[in-house]
Amino acid sequence: MSSLRARHPIAVFATAVALLFLYFPILVLVLNSFNASRYGASWEGWSMRWYQLLFSNHSRDIWQSLRLSLVIGVVASVVSMVFGTIAAWALNRYRTRLQQAHFGLIYLPIVAPDILMGISLAIFFVTLNVERNLWAITVAHITFCISYVALAVLARLQDFDGLVVDAARDLGANRWQTIVRVVVPLLAPGILAGGLLAFTLSIDDFVITFFVKGVGFDTLPLKIYSMTKHTKEMPVINALSTLLLTFTFASVWWIQRLTRTRSAT
Amino acid sequence: MSELRRKTNPERRAEWWTTLPSAGWLLIFFAIPTLLIVVMSFKPAGPYGGFGEGWSLKAWVDMGNPSYPTVLWRTIRLSLAATLICIALGLPVGFLLGRSDAKTRSILLLLVVVPFWTNFLIRVYAWKVLLHPSGFFRETLVSFGVIGENTLLLYNEWAVLLVMVYAYVPFAILPIYASAEKFDFALLDAARDLGASSIRAFWLVFVPGVSRGVMAAVVMVLIPALGSYIIPELVGGPTGEMIGNKIAQRVFIDRNWPHAAALATVLMIVTLLPVLFAFAQEKRESIAVGKKGGDASS
Repeated sequence: MSSLRARHPIAVFATAVALLFLYFPILVLVLNSFNASRYGASWEGWSMRWYQLLFSNHSRDIWQSLRLSLVIGVVASVVSMVFGTIAAWALNRYRTRLQQAHFGLIYLPIVAPDILMGISLAIFFVTLNVERNLWAITVAHITFCISYVALAVLARLQDFDGLVVDAARDLGANRWQTIVRVVVPLLAPGILAGGLLAFTLSIDDFVITFFVKGVGFDTLPLKIYSMTKHTKEMPVINALSTLLLTFTFASVWWIQRLTRTRSAT
Repeated sequence: MSELRRKTNPERRAEWWTTLPSAGWLLIFFAIPTLLIVVMSFKPAGPYGGFGEGWSLKAWVDMGNPSYPTVLWRTIRLSLAATLICIALGLPVGFLLGRSDAKTRSILLLLVVVPFWTNFLIRVYAWKVLLHPSGFFRETLVSFGVIGENTLLLYNEWAVLLVMVYAYVPFAILPIYASAEKFDFALLDAARDLGASSIRAFWLVFVPGVSRGVMAAVVMVLIPALGSYIIPELVGGPTGEMIGNKIAQRVFIDRNWPHAAALATVLMIVTLLPVLFAFAQEKRESIAVGKKGGDASS
């Protein structure tokens, strides 16, 4: 690092500024969650009252919305892991016109802005007169998750040796045994990485859910959004965000550790 | 066609069975709904929200509303500005990531990615708190006399631009880094040996060398920026509104769905332009590489 600083002072400075920029608001938010002041304009001493409020009956619906988000996230990521893996297999194995169109269908949802995806599904459900309930939200989440899983598995498939499939078949495994015992275990890191990404995207999604959902069905981001509309609730959001941040950092750290020990062995 | 027929039947069936789940799902829940936006913009509004019977050009006639060109122009202007700033920040960071050793690189990458893992809404909201009239940032600036007592940091175009750069800069850093990782840094030393200053070498050798990553960064930043909704909604106020806010207002306030569909069609056309441009650029580049006889692997 020190030699880098000596050789590329401008690049190091720009990186430091960028990182400071990325973390500054998050740091202030964490500090404010312990600030006794409601608006965080000035420091009025340490306080745990926002955390107490978060865990009191007053905030019961926050936890309810978290549970809803988790259920949708798990269902959406599991379904998209299955669909995405099969899609990646087809994309990797066949070089046909059909797969070119298939790749286009997989790629476009990633670049399309959320708001277009949200309004298109909302119009779709309204036109078909489908009730916009929990299932509609889950369908929407699966739709934007499939592509990310497919691309993650596709990356993994690029180092995949197709000969092991032939070897398994030669050794007498039937098609199903080959898939379950050979292909899936080899692709597991890609499938899991894609699934994890899908899960975080689902938990994080606000815009698409906002447009697709009917009355009720507030997932956590929707609950947070309605709280941001009331200045009174600001410090409780700070406390909740700090807890979520801690959780995120802990899981990133844990995953890093996990992958490091695996690659070491 | 003949090539398809020559293929053995079970192989062809296997391709269909492995393509159908994802392609079918995305056709029904992505492609058709997207086209439906355009179709439904030619419907009259229903009396109680939703769509009415028959066909109508009313939604498109209403696009002449004088506030729309202003909002559309603001959307394009702010998105382009955010893209430029993100790339200006992404280039040196991508450069440094490409140059650093494995350990520093993995730490820096992690630092860039971790904010991604925190709720987007919360990150935008954190800026709202910072820029809030009684927030830390403004009070500090006022007390140092940088800004006047009555200057508002929140609810204007600048706030939207600032938060857009904040939210999308990782989307610029990552593709530029991916390109920089493949860049041959010996070329920079060569340029320096031939007498170029390091800044000149950076501009004339490194930047063209990672042009593929820069193109990807443009698409990755510009498209979500054009479709921004939360950012202008939380920090923009009425003078910072973008087209996404207008779509949401038509859906949730007037419940005029055809009007929302027409606005969404406009947004779709505007976002398709950079994608087509990137595709054309990519094609031209791969043709150029092919002619030179170099490997065209991407």
